[in-house]
Amino acid sequence: MLKITNLTKRYGAGDPVLKELNLTVEGEQLTSVIGSSGAGKSTLLRCINRLVEPTSGSVVLNGTEFTTLSRRELRTARRRIGMVFQGFNLIDRLTVMENVQAGRLGYISTWAALSRRYPKDDIRRAFELMERVGIAHYADKRADELSGGERQRVGVVRALMQRPEILLADEPTASLDPKTSEQIMSLLRDLANELNLPVIINIHNVTEAKEFSDRIVGMRYGRIIFDDKPDALTRDEMDQIYAGVPSQDRAEAGAAA
Amino acid sequence: MNTLSQTQPLSEALSGRDDWSRFTLKQRLIRYASFAAAAAVVAWALGSIDVIWAWVWDSPAQMADLFGRMMPPDPSNLPSILEAIWQTVNIATLATMIAVVVSLPVAYIAAQNTTPNRACLWLGRFILVSSRSVNTIIWALLFVAIFGPGIVAGIVAIMFRSIGFLGKLLGEAIEEIDRKPVEALEACGASQFKIVLYAIVPQVMPAFFAVSILRWDINLRESTVLGLVGAGGIGMILQGAIDTFNWPEVATVLLTILALVIFGEMVSSFLRRKIL
Amino acid sequence: MSTSPDTLPESWRKPPFIANPVLRYALYIGALVYVVFTLATLPIDWARVSDGLSRAQRIFSGAFPPSFDRAGLLFDGFMESLKIAILATVGGIILSVPLAFMAAGNIAPKPIYLLGRAIIIVARSFHPVIVAIIFVKAVGFGPFAGALTLVVYSVGFVAKLLAERIEEIDFGQVEAMRSAGAGFLTTQVYAVVPQVMPRLVGLGIYQLDSNLRASAVVGIVGAGGIGATLANAFGRYDYDFALAITMVIVGVILVSEAVSGVIRKRIT
Repeated sequence: MLKITNLTKRYGAGDPVLKELNLTVEGEQLTSVIGSSGAGKSTLLRCINRLVEPTSGSVVLNGTEFTTLSRRELRTARRRIGMVFQGFNLIDRLTVMENVQAGRLGYISTWAALSRRYPKDDIRRAFELMERVGIAHYADKRADELSGGERQRVGVVRALMQRPEILLADEPTASLDPKTSEQIMSLLRDLANELNLPVIINIHNVTEAKEFSDRIVGMRYGRIIFDDKPDALTRDEMDQIYAGVPSQDRAEAGAAA
Repeated sequence: MNTLSQTQPLSEALSGRDDWSRFTLKQRLIRYASFAAAAAVVAWALGSIDVIWAWVWDSPAQMADLFGRMMPPDPSNLPSILEAIWQTVNIATLATMIAVVVSLPVAYIAAQNTTPNRACLWLGRFILVSSRSVNTIIWALLFVAIFGPGIVAGIVAIMFRSIGFLGKLLGEAIEEIDRKPVEALEACGASQFKIVLYAIVPQVMPAFFAVSILRWDINLRESTVLGLVGAGGIGMILQGAIDTFNWPEVATVLLTILALVIFGEMVSSFLRRKIL
Repeated sequence: MSTSPDTLPESWRKPPFIANPVLRYALYIGALVYVVFTLATLPIDWARVSDGLSRAQRIFSGAFPPSFDRAGLLFDGFMESLKIAILATVGGIILSVPLAFMAAGNIAPKPIYLLGRAIIIVARSFHPVIVAIIFVKAVGFGPFAGALTLVVYSVGFVAKLLAERIEEIDFGQVEAMRSAGAGFLTTQVYAVVPQVMPRLVGLGIYQLDSNLRASAVVGIVGAGGIGATLANAFGRYDYDFALAITMVIVGVILVSEAVSGVIRKRIT
């Protein structure tokens, strides 16, 4: 269970990007976070594994408080959170297998990492997962030889190699064409079910969000203003989440406060 | 009538404009001024330089005479010339290898995004600048004094000069890497060393090879002159032949150096094609 | 999972860079043998080295503090280097422009192209110090030999890069001039020169900087300038003066590098 309480993030002296945000994700549901650019979706995900340092608030994953961990403890704790990126963030010049095994880097010895002599269990698991997402035959190919959809599959397998307790996906389909994008979304949903894994996805495409997720969270300027089943996301709610220009909204918020 | 009245002012405006120049008056003045300044600098340099002009006018004849005396090249000493060339290649290759190894940590601490702290950054930059600013020959003078004449002084001199070159270019390559894979590995909980190993090293690899090959090529050329200050290689034979006015042998040495440099360029372009 | 685990491989090796194992190991062993052999046969005379270290200590202790007593000599030597660099740059560029046109494959006919390339290769192949020695022997000691050396050095660099730039020009402009009936020279002046001018100016400034550096070196073998002052100081064991000269050279190189960088950025 992931429990976020009163999470605030402020860059420099400006307006906070996240404002006293509360969110709990339980069980193996797939949660989609929607909202216009600048709503704080990406910052929210990165605050969970502290790629972005939260200003205040608490993030608890299955009993571990993340915000107070030391650097070393954080490194160990991060293995429990898998992350998939918009730009795939693969290492282009390494083979698919090396990219996938990069997910185990937190576990294996430096010598194993250096010499590429990965543990048998890890290799078997890598082949299982790659087989599952349909890229096993690419194991020896260099990552930059693959197509976008294939590259994102490598990204997903890398995250799953960590045997994570939760999977975060930051706009995993935004760099893909519509068809590939749907394939990746259904893959994420199926994997969430098979591995009993809660998944949080930042996503722009509302149609896909409604089709594939169990729960939708709508963000607007650092706050959650919608949190319900996909069916409850009506036209009105959509307008609420996406309407207006930022300056107007800030003025309103200021007047209200 | 209507059209005529419209065109009339235009033709009026056009008439009287039969001159055109590329630049406005101000632009032209600036151009003339900079040309004049450049000409003045050249005139100053020409007028005050300490040369004996009679020698200058005589120089084409002197050059012709010198080259005449080089003909035909004398290959009788070729075995020892080739041995010296082999020594030259060894100096360049060993020095490049050692310099590559030494320059890696220097580049690591001299790159903004990987340096552990500011003190290391400045230390790294200091090493790079001092290595780059002192010419190979000057390094060689120093190391000949330390190690005595010979190939060792040459290797160390070339190495010292190469560290700055390699370290600077590698440091720039490190600064230009894509940060995204680094972020991904941070999210996996990998240690700093493993992040370097998996996210930085593969990205810097092509630059690493390109820069090393380039420097090897340059070092081949630099190694040919080390002998002139006693630091080994073909330069020693060249100096000896010049000192004894053995011009035909000088010609042979020069031709061998030419062959060596062209060979080096072929090897380095072959390696570049193969590896990159 | 869709397949049974026991059919999946449990081992994986990174595909080697060189696929052929014989060739791969031959290369590894060859490289190893070369390095070990050459390192092992290096004639390091440790007695000489330890002797040399004390000598180095003498040099360094003699060099500190650097002596600026003969600043006048230093200044004269430096001005001479500057003059050599300026004249060599001007001379080098005057020679480089026609040579670059000769060595541009898209403009020059084949025989002229080959001749141009050959001249450039020869000019580039010899280290300036070697060229300087030859010129010193031919035309005597002094700045004239230095200037000639650096002209050759400039030609090797400027003509090569300028020729490459000419080969990259947009050929449509040349065709436009030709279709307008322009002659060979007019075509070059209107269609080629404007395209390569910024590069030529940039190269000229870079070369001035680079000649200033090189003039400090060729002086060591008698071709005038600050290098000759340095060689004299070294020869007379005036290590404190030699250090002062080296410091000034390094300082000037850093300044001129920065200045030429700024100017080139402004121009292009």
